[in-house]
Amino acid sequence: MSDRQSSNAYWQANLKLIWLCMIIWALVSYGFGIILRPMVAGISVGGTDLGFWFAQQGSILVFIVLIFFYAWRMNKLDAEHGVDE
Amino acid sequence: MSQFTLNLLVIGASFALYIGIAIWARAGSTAEFYAANRGVSPVMNGMATAADWMSAASFISMAGLIAFTGYDNSTYLMGWTGGYVLLAMLLAPYLRKFGKFTVPEFIGDRFYSGTARIIGVICLLIISITYVIGQMTGVGVTFSRYLEVSSSTGLWIGAALVFVYAVLGGMKGITYTQVAQYIVLIIAYTIPAVFIALQLTGHVLPQTGLFGTLNASDTKFLATLDQVVTDLGFRSYTGHHQSTLDMVLFTMALMIGTAGLPHVIIRFFTVPKVADARKSAGWALVFIALLYTVAPAVGSMSRFNLTATMWPGAEAGQTFSQPAVSLSDIETREDLNWMRNWQLTGLLNWEDKNGDGLIQYYNEAGAANAPVAAIVAEQGLVGNELTTVNNDIMVLANPEIANLPGWVIAIVAAGGLAAALSTAAGLLLAISGAVSHDLIKGAINPGISEKGELLAARISMGVSILVATILGLNPPGFAAQTVALAFGLAASSIFPVLMLGIFSTRMNKEGAMAGMLAGVISTLVYIFTYKGWFFISGTNMLPDTADAWLFGISPASFGTVGALINFAVAYLVSSVTREPPVEVRELVESIRVPRGAGAAQAH
Repeated sequence: MSDRQSSNAYWQANLKLIWLCMIIWALVSYGFGIILRPMVAGISVGGTDLGFWFAQQGSILVFIVLIFFYAWRMNKLDAEHGVDE
Repeated sequence: MSQFTLNLLVIGASFALYIGIAIWARAGSTAEFYAANRGVSPVMNGMATAADWMSAASFISMAGLIAFTGYDNSTYLMGWTGGYVLLAMLLAPYLRKFGKFTVPEFIGDRFYSGTARIIGVICLLIISITYVIGQMTGVGVTFSRYLEVSSSTGLWIGAALVFVYAVLGGMKGITYTQVAQYIVLIIAYTIPAVFIALQLTGHVLPQTGLFGTLNASDTKFLATLDQVVTDLGFRSYTGHHQSTLDMVLFTMALMIGTAGLPHVIIRFFTVPKVADARKSAGWALVFIALLYTVAPAVGSMSRFNLTATMWPGAEAGQTFSQPAVSLSDIETREDLNWMRNWQLTGLLNWEDKNGDGLIQYYNEAGAANAPVAAIVAEQGLVGNELTTVNNDIMVLANPEIANLPGWVIAIVAAGGLAAALSTAAGLLLAISGAVSHDLIKGAINPGISEKGELLAARISMGVSILVATILGLNPPGFAAQTVALAFGLAASSIFPVLMLGIFSTRMNKEGAMAGMLAGVISTLVYIFTYKGWFFISGTNMLPDTADAWLFGISPASFGTVGALINFAVAYLVSSVTREPPVEVRELVESIRVPRGAGAAQAH
C-alpha cells in the first residue's frame, strides 16, 4: 500500500470516529440537556429530572469520557496505519 | 490574627511561589518563549490550560449567574466545557503537528497569504484585548476588597507580578506558574463548597449534594429550593423558561468560541507529540470539570442560604412560617456581619421601604400570582426590600455566609487572584506572540535574528501589560459586553477558518478571507445593532429585547450564526476561484498525520 492510500484510509477512519463522537457530544448536551429534556422528564433525579442532571453534570462527564475515548482510539489507528510518532 | 493579616499572608505566600517559579523557568530562546520548547507533559499542560481558561468570570461570576437564573444558565456549564471536545478532535492535534508558534501563522501558511495572516492578527488582537480588560479589572477589585488598598494600586501590583513572570519566562514561565495557580484556585473553590454541601445535605461531594436531601426539611434540596423561590414570586430554579432556540445557539457560540480562542489554542503547541495534544485536552477538561461540576452546587446552595437568611422559615422549606429577617438583626447580629461588610462595597443593599422593621425579599414582578401576594397585602409591602444583590458576591461572600473560618476567606481571595492573573498572562502571551512573531518577524522585518525576536517578544509583552493595565484602570463602557464580543468573534472568525484549513484541501485563500470577513462583520453588525455602535449607549438601532431580536436570537448567541455565514461564504467563494497550489494541499495532507511532529521542533 502506498503512503497516500494508507494516509487516506487513516483519514477516513478518523472522520468516522469524529462523527460518532460528535453525535454523542450533541446528544448529551443539546439533546438530553435542552431539546429532549421534556421527553426524559419522566425520569426523576434527586428532586428534579434527568435533563437537568445532564445539563449541569452529565454532559460534562460524558465530554471527558469522549475525549479520552477518542485519544485512545486514535492512538490505535495511528499505530495500525503506521503514522504514529 | 486579624482577617487582614491572614489575607496578606496567604496572598503574599502565593505571590512568592509564582515569582520563585518564574526565576526557575526563565526562557532562553524563542521556542521556549512561545511554546515552552514543546516539553510540557500532557497532564501539566492540562492543568495549565485549565488555569489559563478559567478566568475571573469562571471563578467569581459563573456560580452567581447560575444562582439567580437556575436551569436556563446551564448553557454556560455546557458551553464552556463542550468546546474542549471540539479542540481535541477538530483542531489541537493538527495545529500541534503544523508545529509553528501562533494561530495567525497557521492561517498565513495554510492560505498562502500575508493578508490572511494580518486579518488573523486583527481578529486575535480584538478578542484577546477585550478579554484581558476584564481580567485586569478583576485583579483590581479583588485586591481592593481583601487587602484594603485602592483598586488602582491593586491593579499595578498585579501588573508588576505578571510582568515579572511573563516577560522573564514567556510560555515556559507562564506554564509552570499556571500549574501553581490552578492548584490555588481549585482549593479555594472547593473548600467552601464542601463545607456548605455538608451543612445543607450531609454530602461531602457538592456534585451529589446538589441532588441530595436537605437536612432541615427531609425533602430533596432542589425541590425545596424550587418551592422557596416560587413562594417569593421568582421563576422556578429547575424549570426551563427561556427560548429553546436561543439556549441552543448560545451554548454553541460558547463551545465553538472556546475552541477558537487563540490563548487556549497556543497551549496545545507546548506538548511534545500529537498524541499528547489529544490527551492533554482531556486532562484540561478533567481539571476544568473539577470546578464546573461544583459551580452549580455553589450557585444553588448560596441562593438557598441567601434566601434562608432573609426568610428564616425557608431553611426548612416553610418560607412564611416565620417573619422576614428584621432590620435590627441585620445591623447587630454577629453572624450577619457579612451583610454589613458587603454593603460597604455597594454589591449588597437593603431598605425598609414600608417602615415595619423587617426586610422582606421577594420578586415584585412575579408577586401577584405567588404565595407572597398574601404577605404583600397583609404587611402592606411597597416593594422588594433587598434592593441590591450582585451576582458576584455569591462566590466571594460564600464562606462568610456559611460562617467558615478566616483562613478559608483568605484562600478564596488568593484563588480569585490566581484565576484572573493566570488568564491575563495567557492572553498577554497570545497578544505579544502575534505582535512580535506575526507582525514584526512575519511582515515588518523578516530578517530579524533569533535574539532580536526574543527581545521584540519581551518588549511587546511589556507594552501589552502596560496597555492592559491602563485599559483596566479606565475600563471602556463596553467592558461588561466582552463575553458576547470575544466569544462571538472567536466563534465567527477563528474557529471556522482553522477547521476549513484542516478539513478541506480545496479551501483557498479567497474563500478563507471572504469567510472570515463575512463572519466577523455580520457578528459585529448584529451585536452593535442591539448594543449600540462600538457599545456607545444610545446608538443602538433596535432595542435589546427578545421581541426585537431576529428570530429571538440574542446578540450573545449570534456567533453561531456568524460561523455558519463564514462557512457558507467560504465555500461559495472558493468554489468559483482557483484551487490552492499543490504545496498547500501537501501541507494539509501532512498535518493530518501525526508522524514527523518531532522534526518540526527544530524549525
